[in-house]
Amino acid sequence: MAEGLEKRYGDVQALDGVSFRVRAGEVFGLLGPNGAGKSTTVKVLTTLTTPNGGRAEVAGHDVVREPDAVRRSIGYVPQSSGVDRDATGRENLMLQGRVQGMSGHRLRDRVDRLLELLGIADAADRVVRGYSGGMKRRLDVGLGVVHGPQVLFLDEPTTGLDPEARSAMWQELAVLAREELLTILLTTHYLEEADALTNRLAIVSRGRVVVEGTAEELKGGLQGEAVMVELADGQVGEAAEVVRSLAEVREVSADGQLLRSRVADGARAVPTILAALDSRGIAVESVTMHRPSLDDVYLHYTGRDFHSEDEAGLLEGGE
Amino acid sequence: MKNAVVHTWFMVGRQARNLMREPIWIVLLLVQPMIWLLLYGQLFKRVTHLPGGGFGTTSYIEFLAPAIVIMNAFFGATWSGMAMVSDLDRDVIPRFLATPVSRVSLVVSQIVRSALTALIQGIVILLVSLALGVRVHAGAACWAVVLIAAMLMNSAFSGMWQGLALLTGNEATMIAIANFIGLPLFFLSSTLISLRQMPQWMQELSKFNPVNWGVVSAREVVLPGTAWDAVGVHLGLLVGLTVLTAAFATWTFRVYQRQL
Repeated sequence: MAEGLEKRYGDVQALDGVSFRVRAGEVFGLLGPNGAGKSTTVKVLTTLTTPNGGRAEVAGHDVVREPDAVRRSIGYVPQSSGVDRDATGRENLMLQGRVQGMSGHRLRDRVDRLLELLGIADAADRVVRGYSGGMKRRLDVGLGVVHGPQVLFLDEPTTGLDPEARSAMWQELAVLAREELLTILLTTHYLEEADALTNRLAIVSRGRVVVEGTAEELKGGLQGEAVMVELADGQVGEAAEVVRSLAEVREVSADGQLLRSRVADGARAVPTILAALDSRGIAVESVTMHRPSLDDVYLHYTGRDFHSEDEAGLLEGGE
Repeated sequence: MKNAVVHTWFMVGRQARNLMREPIWIVLLLVQPMIWLLLYGQLFKRVTHLPGGGFGTTSYIEFLAPAIVIMNAFFGATWSGMAMVSDLDRDVIPRFLATPVSRVSLVVSQIVRSALTALIQGIVILLVSLALGVRVHAGAACWAVVLIAAMLMNSAFSGMWQGLALLTGNEATMIAIANFIGLPLFFLSSTLISLRQMPQWMQELSKFNPVNWGVVSAREVVLPGTAWDAVGVHLGLLVGLTVLTAAFATWTFRVYQRQL
C-alpha cells in the first residue's frame, strides 16, 4: 500500500521512507507519538498532500496519478473534527453524501441508517454546535462512511474524548468495520487503542516504520511473558537458584520477597516453577503473570519510552 | 465542469443555510455603515457647496448613500476570508478535499454567501437612504444596478480573501492585511468626497482602484444624468476582477495542500 513514502516540509523530514501494506478487510493501526509522521502518512494516502518521494496505492489506485479514483473509494476522518458546526447532523451527512455522488432515496435511507447506527438519531436535526465531543466524533465517522467507501482513514479517532466516550467509540468502530466490510487505517498514540481495535499495526517513529505485525506477534517478539512469584518466607536466594535451573525460564531476578522471571510460555512454565519450588519445600504466597504490553514493545523497538517520546513530540509542536 | 456547477449548488446551499441560521450577523455588521451614513452624512453635509464641486448634486446624503452601500460590501468581503480560515481550522476543508468535490465550488460558495450578505445589507442601507430623502434618478429599477455593483464589489474582494486565507491560514495575518489595504483603498476612492476635490495624483490612482470602480457605477445611477457607458465599463472591470480573484483562490488550494 505504501512504499518508501517521503515528505519534507522545508528542513523537516516528516516522512523518511514509510512502507507498509494493509490487507483488505483488516483494521490496521499506525502507532506512534505525536510528530512521528502518522498524520502526514494519512494525508498522503488520502490525496490531501503529495509525497516528495515513494509511491502509494489505495484500493488499487495510485494516490498521485489517480487522486479522484482514490477519493471516491475512501472515507477520511480528520484529526480535529471536520464537521460543519453550524449545520445539523443530518445536513452534514446529506451534503457529504451528495458530493460523493449519492442522491434521492438511496442517500436519505443511508443517512437515516447511519444516524441510527451511530446512536445520534435523536440529535439528528439539532445543530452540531450543541453536540458532545463523543457525538461530534461519531458524526465525523458517519461522514467518513456515508458513501460506503472501501477504505476508511481515521486520524486519532478518540483523542480528546473522555474514557467513557472512548470505549463507546471503540465499540462503534468495531461494529462499523464488521457491518460495512471496511478496511480501516487508524492512527493513534494510545497503546490500549491499538491493542483493542487493530488486527495489525505498525509502529512509526521519526518518519519511519520500525516494526509491523499483529499486536500478539509484536509482543511475542519480546522475551515471552513475565512471571512474578511472591515467596511466603525468606528463601529468596535458594528459590532464585531453583527457578534459574529450569529450562523454560530465561532470566530471573530477585527483588525482596519477589522473584521476577521471563518465560517463553507462561501457561506451561508456571506449573513447572511451582512444582520445582514445592519439591524444595519453598512456600509460595502468590503467582502473577503478565504478557508484555505494547508499551514494552514500543520501548523495545524504538529504544525510547513511549510517554517521554510523546511529550518530546508535543514540545516540537506535534504533527 | 458539470461537477463544478452541481457541487457549487450543494455548497451554496450549505452557506445560505448557515447564513440564515445566524441573521444577527447581517444586522450587527450594519451598525458601521449606518454610522457613516447618518453621522458622517450630517457632519459633512455642506461639502457639496465647496468651490470646484464635482459632486453632481447638492444633497450630500444622496452623494454618499450609494458609496456607503459599496463601502459596506468592500469591507464585508473580509469576513468571507475569516469564514474560510475557520473552515480550515476546523478541518472542514481537509475533509472536503479528501472527496471528489470540485475545488472551485468551495471558493465560489463562500463568495456567493458573502455577496448575498452584501445584497441584503445593501437593501437595508438603500431603504434607510430612501427614508432620508435619497432618490435614484435613473428610475427605481436602477436600485438593482446599485445592488449588483455592491455584490460584484464584494465578490471581487472575497475571492482575494479566500486566496489569502488559504495562503496564510491565520486570522491575525488576515486582519493585518485588511488594515493594510482596506483604508488606503477606501480613502483613494471617491466614497466620501468627489474626485475633483482630491489632489491630482490621488485622482490618477483612483482610476486603478477597484473600490472606486464600484463607487462610480453605483453613484452614476443614483445621481441625475447617468453616464451609462461609465457604469458599464466599471461593472465590467469588477466582473473581470472577480473571475481573476476566484481563479487565484482556486489555485491557492495547491499551495495549501503542498504544505498540509
